[in-house]
Amino acid sequence: MKRDPIRLMEVCGTHTMAIAQAGIKKVLPVGITLLSGPGCPVCVTAARDIDRALAIGRQRDVIMTTFGDMMRVPGSGGTFQDLKKEGYDIRVVYSCLDALEIARRHPRKEVVFMGVGFETTSPTIAATVRRARKEGVRNFSVLSCFKLIFPALEALLVSDAARIDGFICPGHVSVITGSRPYESIVRRFGKPCVITGFEPSDILKGIGTLIRAHCARRPRVVIEYKRAVRPEGNRRARALLDTVFEATTAEWRGLGVLKKSGLAFRRAFRDFDAVRRWPVRVPASRMPAGCLCGQVLCGVKTPTDCRLFGKKCTPEHPVGPCMVSSEGTCAAFYRYGR
Amino acid sequence: MVREGRTRGERITLAHGNGGRLMHALVDRLAAHFTNPILEERADAAEVRVGGARLAFTTDSYVVDPLFFPGGDIGSLAVFGTVNDLAMKGARPLFLSLGLICEEGLPMLLLDRVARSIKKAARRAGVRIVTGDIKVVEKGAAQKLFINTSGIGPITYAGRLGVRAHPGDVLLINGGIAEHGMAIFQARNKMGFLADIKSDCAPLDGAVRRCLARSKRIHFLRDVTRGGLATTLNEIVRVSAVGVEIREKDIPVRPAVKKMCDVLGFDPLYLPSEGRFVCCVDGRDGGSVKAAMGPRARVIGRVVGGHRGEVHLLTRVGVGRLLPMLEQDQLPRIC
Repeated sequence: MKRDPIRLMEVCGTHTMAIAQAGIKKVLPVGITLLSGPGCPVCVTAARDIDRALAIGRQRDVIMTTFGDMMRVPGSGGTFQDLKKEGYDIRVVYSCLDALEIARRHPRKEVVFMGVGFETTSPTIAATVRRARKEGVRNFSVLSCFKLIFPALEALLVSDAARIDGFICPGHVSVITGSRPYESIVRRFGKPCVITGFEPSDILKGIGTLIRAHCARRPRVVIEYKRAVRPEGNRRARALLDTVFEATTAEWRGLGVLKKSGLAFRRAFRDFDAVRRWPVRVPASRMPAGCLCGQVLCGVKTPTDCRLFGKKCTPEHPVGPCMVSSEGTCAAFYRYGR
Repeated sequence: MVREGRTRGERITLAHGNGGRLMHALVDRLAAHFTNPILEERADAAEVRVGGARLAFTTDSYVVDPLFFPGGDIGSLAVFGTVNDLAMKGARPLFLSLGLICEEGLPMLLLDRVARSIKKAARRAGVRIVTGDIKVVEKGAAQKLFINTSGIGPITYAGRLGVRAHPGDVLLINGGIAEHGMAIFQARNKMGFLADIKSDCAPLDGAVRRCLARSKRIHFLRDVTRGGLATTLNEIVRVSAVGVEIREKDIPVRPAVKKMCDVLGFDPLYLPSEGRFVCCVDGRDGGSVKAAMGPRARVIGRVVGGHRGEVHLLTRVGVGRLLPMLEQDQLPRIC
């Protein structure tokens, strides 16, 4: 019996890595395709945001801090690593709390944290900002490039360029959000969603559940990651997020400008907003010629469709963010796909 | 020959020191200046002949940060690291040199603490520190304390180790991987909640001697250090012109280490060890050598004649894929 092909998207970069690492694509039956989605925080950060961060990093007395993955992501005019080589003070931190600690230790400097990430990361940033306010740390600010994942999933389904039949939903994000926000995807678009863990067996089970829901034409939300995710999510973390940030329009690489898809500081916390504190001029951003990262992270193209992949663009000399990030689709293909 | 024009403007990056592909390229580039048959072997230690004696000779520098970490410190590392390089040649480590580079301002008490650790480690490994040197550099010119040790010892094993692995060999490892890397990571980031992960830093000469006593068909030994097991296996296929096949499910990783790797998004195959070694031994002697390697030793795969120069990994879901050398250092994932 001939079946229609099924196209499933793993939203999260950690899933992309786990799938590549275990070689899961090679054991799937013909006709089932896994697409990588916009769930790698470094990859979806718009070139303009990186350019703004680079411009702030060049200001006098600024110590720029960010996650290690961001160091090598090219903006229009170089990377943080280039800035560091030029003598600017750019530091890698493993959490925003480390950046706050640097601010405490260097009261005469201005410490800026460039933050990227989804609902998993942003509550910890909110907690740090709240602590900074409580302790009266004034030389600390955050450049918020945080994103909300659901507007991106809806945008993918509205455009339907990737022809997605179901989502393998991000496990860590769902710990915070719970499963309820996925209900609207099921209702509006009729696509099944499964929240699953990161072990190969978790992922395979999730894929099985999606295929069954798709074939039975009974789309629904299933939690296959019950050891970590509850339907209601983590209310405390969301409340914390909500006191510091509010949803705002944000630009995504590949997806463009999406309403209510980013996080901006609420009025009470706007003293910590690096955009307000550093009104730098950001020239129009340029994308590297030939780079398909934007289409790759929407599931429209695969890394091997890109002419730069493995030639001009390698982990050693990355052109686009999907090759830089440890969760990027191109990095996963390069490291494990051969 | 080294073509300097091609790389004008290129600079040393941290990836040139991570033990992976770039570091090997750099070693090739430098070794081209000094080419000789002993160096060409690219073993953990050089085999030199002095009079009638076969000696193993090696050197290594230690720049670990922080200086103290769960399971060890820069002092014990500097002794065991060099002892292990000699052991991989089937040598009996006897004498070490000790070179210290101290940053101005280093507390004297801290140096005493490191010296006591060196003494204890040397006693455990049965080596003596017979010569040394101290340099002090201005604050900022080094990070607290760097140590270099060189070591020498007679090769007691009659065969020639470290020349090449043979098709038909089984691959053995003497315990769980990635423990040193994870211990350093947690110490560096002051992650106090992971008290049960310790560095595996330990001398291997005893285990190696036991193995060599059991079998005359051990073809290759290499300790797993920077770049992790994946890189060590790639070194083996590179010098031996063979292929290697390993099974993911047979590679020992302690549950606490595995859990932390999952949390941080690290692949344990690329995290360093300091007390683990891989042994390639003829399949017929696999069982007895495994017993000699210790209670946590495992068979992780085999050496094959096909796909020369490549390491193939059979994943948990039963798919084969290429296991390349480390490229860039791993970074914790963001979400």
